[in-house]
Amino acid sequence: MLLGPALGLSAILFSLGVAGVVLRRNAIVLFMCVELMLNGVNLSFVAFSQLYGASGYIMVFFVMTVAAAEAAVGLAIILAIFRHQQSVDLQNINLLRG
Amino acid sequence: MTNAVFWFFAVFAVVSASLCIVQRNPVSAALWLVSTMFSLAAIYVLLNAQFIAAIQVLIYAGAVMVLFLFVIMLLNLGHASSDIRGPSAVAAALVIVGLLLVELLALWRYSPGRLAAEVAQAPGMRDPSAAFAAGMIARQDAVTHGVVGSLAAPLFQIYLVPFEITSILLLAAIIGAVVLAKRRV
Repeated sequence: MLLGPALGLSAILFSLGVAGVVLRRNAIVLFMCVELMLNGVNLSFVAFSQLYGASGYIMVFFVMTVAAAEAAVGLAIILAIFRHQQSVDLQNINLLRG
Repeated sequence: MTNAVFWFFAVFAVVSASLCIVQRNPVSAALWLVSTMFSLAAIYVLLNAQFIAAIQVLIYAGAVMVLFLFVIMLLNLGHASSDIRGPSAVAAALVIVGLLLVELLALWRYSPGRLAAEVAQAPGMRDPSAAFAAGMIARQDAVTHGVVGSLAAPLFQIYLVPFEITSILLLAAIIGAVVLAKRRV
């Protein structure tokens, strides 16, 4: 049973997602890194489901639904920002800075 | 054999995820993310989660990533200049990720046996095999009712209320996306 290696892989994927969020300035790539983090979490849910039964799989369904909703709303926000600023660079988005 | 296939796809997933976060072009970053998701689907098959693997390919690699690519191409971001932050952000990322990895990689050494030993020491959990019996029952259930049937029963019985709340969430997301992306708000 591949419990430990799968958890390690999910840890690496989650950390790579965090690194991407810290490193990039492009809002769309940032969203993709968030998806990468969600995928890492999904992998750990599936790995633990080998031991604890179907609840982990159900949780993966819910995570995927929330990820799809988040992608739809987030990309709509990015579209609105692009229409306003002609850019998706996060450095240019500082309307709330005093 | 299973281990060899697992390590192949694990290395492939890590390499394509790393390429995804350093690619300058958003389109190639998205395509590397698709390849990460495909190798994760293969790993789900190895972990006896065949239906999750199919859903992963359909929803993540299919629908969500097509949405991303659609927006990238709609905004014409294909030939952007580098958007990777400066050296201070790289250092911050290395520190944060290093700390996170040290914490999370402690999980690497987990085996079912060690988990059982720790569960046995936890107060209120007298029989560790009782905790893992659910996994055995689920595996038997997948044999008798099929992979999809063994997931549908808990989804529509135990988790019925969260399932219905999910539909409200999706409705709100659809309305929100339409309102936000409309030309005049």
